[in-house]
Amino acid sequence: MADTAVLADAPADHGDAHGEHHSSTGLSNNKLAMWLFLGSECLLFGGLISTYMLYRGRHSENLGPDQLWDIPFTSASSFVLLMSSLTMVLAVSSAHRRNLRNAKIWLAVTATLGSLFVAGQVYEFTTFYREGLGFTTSLFSSSFYTLTGFHGVHVTVGIIMLLSLVAMLSKQRVHGDKAETVEMVGLYWHFVDVVWILIFTLVYLIPA
Amino acid sequence: MAIIERPTETLVPATATPAYVTPDSGLGVFRRPVQSEGWKSWLFTVDHKKLGIMYGVTAMAFFVIGGIEAMLIRAQLAGPDGTILSADKYNQMFTMHATTMVFLFVMPMAAAFANYMVPLQVGARDVAFPRINAFGFWAFLFGGIFINTSWILGGAADGGWFMYAPNSSVTFSPTNGIDFWVLGLLITGIASQTGAINLIVTALNMRAPGMSLMRMPIFTWMILVVQFLLVFAIPVITVALVLLMFQRQFDATFFSVEFGADPLLWQHLFWIFGHPEVYILVLPAFGIVSEVLPVFSKKPLFGYPFVVFSGAAIGFVGWGVWAHHMFASGLGPVSVAVFSVATMAIAVPTGVKIINWTLTMWGGKLRFTTAMLFSVGLIIQFTIGGLSGVTHSVAPSDTQQTDTYYIVAHFHYVLFGGAILGIFSGLYYWWPKVFGKLLNETLGKGNFWLMIIGMNLTFGPMHIIGLQGQPRRMYRWTEARAGEGFFNLGFWNLVSSIGTLILAIGVLLFFINVWVSHRKGTVASPLDPWDARSLEWLTSNPPKEHNFDRLPTVHALDEVFHRKYEDVGTDGHHEYKQVATTEELLAIEEANADAHIHMPSPSYWPIVLAFSLPILAYGVIYNLVLMVVGAAILVLGMYGWALEPSTAPETDFDQSPPSGGSELEVASHG
Repeated sequence: MADTAVLADAPADHGDAHGEHHSSTGLSNNKLAMWLFLGSECLLFGGLISTYMLYRGRHSENLGPDQLWDIPFTSASSFVLLMSSLTMVLAVSSAHRRNLRNAKIWLAVTATLGSLFVAGQVYEFTTFYREGLGFTTSLFSSSFYTLTGFHGVHVTVGIIMLLSLVAMLSKQRVHGDKAETVEMVGLYWHFVDVVWILIFTLVYLIPA
Repeated sequence: MAIIERPTETLVPATATPAYVTPDSGLGVFRRPVQSEGWKSWLFTVDHKKLGIMYGVTAMAFFVIGGIEAMLIRAQLAGPDGTILSADKYNQMFTMHATTMVFLFVMPMAAAFANYMVPLQVGARDVAFPRINAFGFWAFLFGGIFINTSWILGGAADGGWFMYAPNSSVTFSPTNGIDFWVLGLLITGIASQTGAINLIVTALNMRAPGMSLMRMPIFTWMILVVQFLLVFAIPVITVALVLLMFQRQFDATFFSVEFGADPLLWQHLFWIFGHPEVYILVLPAFGIVSEVLPVFSKKPLFGYPFVVFSGAAIGFVGWGVWAHHMFASGLGPVSVAVFSVATMAIAVPTGVKIINWTLTMWGGKLRFTTAMLFSVGLIIQFTIGGLSGVTHSVAPSDTQQTDTYYIVAHFHYVLFGGAILGIFSGLYYWWPKVFGKLLNETLGKGNFWLMIIGMNLTFGPMHIIGLQGQPRRMYRWTEARAGEGFFNLGFWNLVSSIGTLILAIGVLLFFINVWVSHRKGTVASPLDPWDARSLEWLTSNPPKEHNFDRLPTVHALDEVFHRKYEDVGTDGHHEYKQVATTEELLAIEEANADAHIHMPSPSYWPIVLAFSLPILAYGVIYNLVLMVVGAAILVLGMYGWALEPSTAPETDFDQSPPSGGSELEVASHG
């Protein structure tokens, strides 16, 4: 028992920086949990995408993807969303360099780009609705609105997270490792972007 | 981060303020509650042990409700032309029986054991995210209550727990029952999801020094596998439930056959969740049995790595067999053949476990305590269920058996004989650890035998009546078609119903046992009544609030056993001599207690956040205004959570801390 007694004096090497406590895998608890959450989100979107792929062809003659899509417009809004990933990377990088002022700026820019994307989606939904594609019109419409709507809600939640983070950083309300907190929101944001790349390819680009 | 222990005095003076900013909020709600006694200490607790007990008590209450539903079903079917339940009520009864037992009893009961035992078994002071843990419990409780309020709000769900489309659409089920079911399961799904992530992080990240993955107690291993299954299965059922909710609430078309919908969509989504769910239900019980058998055989678990890897194999293969629930739906010969073979394959890792358990007992010094009896009972009863399972992995045979009582017999042998016997084994085994009192062994044995006899009388005859062709889910049967002689349906239905009564008396004995064992004046349990092997026994009964006086350093699988016994054998022969009692081990721990132990502070927000969920759900069904209220509480809860100070200030605690200068401190993202 003698050896354990000695070890117990330094019970696990807890650093004093918060969020960097001893962990068996070396990955922080927060980050591990975030990765698990994103893994489970993959199956959520997997289910929704499968539903859409099953039903994409089931619509009336003149209200299918080929008649409705405005590829240049959606490409532009997709580009905006992808650029927001770049600004998110810049925010995380600033946070790691402990430059909180720049981090906040880049977070705000990311939120703005995300809002542009959501605005584009609202515009797109409105247009489709005016052209006669309601939520209950066909199997295609129900599954399209559900899939892209779920993604839109994820982006919106992301924007709220970004703005809350900016506010909390300004008010000194973020406990623990600030850079890691920014990085966690970043992980979520990139995930939402990656999902959009999938959706854009499968829903818009592949001809029905 | 959850548990923060400040380094010992040499690094940070005990009187120093925490190194990070604790916002000094003027708003009372942004302080943290500090009560350690009374009802508030339960309502706002984030202690994994209290939450484990709360999970257990709630699950047991739902077990009784689900049991009453089962008894009503059996009462209806005891004789020909039953009149106790109407056809409609009967549909509600079997739907809610299954829903309650699966989602509100077995899953949360496993969560109870996992919550309580995993941190203790890995040598941690709490789970990784204590507040999320509390949120998970409250979401489960509110979700369970929410589903059951449907009974008084127009009738419960009536589509079967699998809720096949299009039978689940408004046309065929116009009451709100299915809406309650859908939304309630979404809420309990959130509970399972958060709980699963929490427990994975705890088991992977918070192991005591020296505890490699292959030194992790087997129960924790099985729980780890189950949580991975949950993390990936829950989102799939979530998609299915959301689609159904949109269908029923907002007239979406997913399951509208008149629009050309594919009825198999629901079946695939449901069973991609539903089959892993079977393993979610039974693997925790396997973990319990794998703890109990070695202790009462006085031998290490035979082939520990095999049990671990076969558990993981079940976790993987479990994803590739879902369509065996759909053999009768016309999938086509190739799919059926593939899933048939995959289903036979999954019997292999399960068989490996059964062999390992048997060989654990082989040549051991067996002690047939109640916990041991339940574990041995599980091996036998589960094997019967497993064998009938193999008979319907054969697709041609399954098409004969599908939708008959034979299937009911099979999954009750697997789930009652597997999950529930395992749970009772765990209850008897860990009761002294959790409550410091031993359950009465005489009553316990009565409990065991009545349950075993009861379950075999209840579910055994269902093999016969099933193969004779009595369909499931028929609300009555007529004498005219009951058949003659040995295979007379009436006789076996009656036997089955009588069996239910015996089963119920058996369960009642358990509750009597709890009452008897907790009356005033009953003696406390010894510290280590079973001569146990794993780390949770290296603390007092019940465990101290901070679990361990010092974080243990682990040198072996079965750490406590190896601290108690020394190998004095030579030439490769093992011979163990006792060198210490558990009391002595505990004394060493207490003498070397960590100077400063910091436990997470309680919090108001988990219960607030969870409370918003049923409000939102009632809003979806009844009224948009209610939804707005729910959303407001949700937002309040989230921001309250995020803005809550990471620790309760010292001044909030009355007087001196209870013991050993323990200050309370908590984490940022708890």
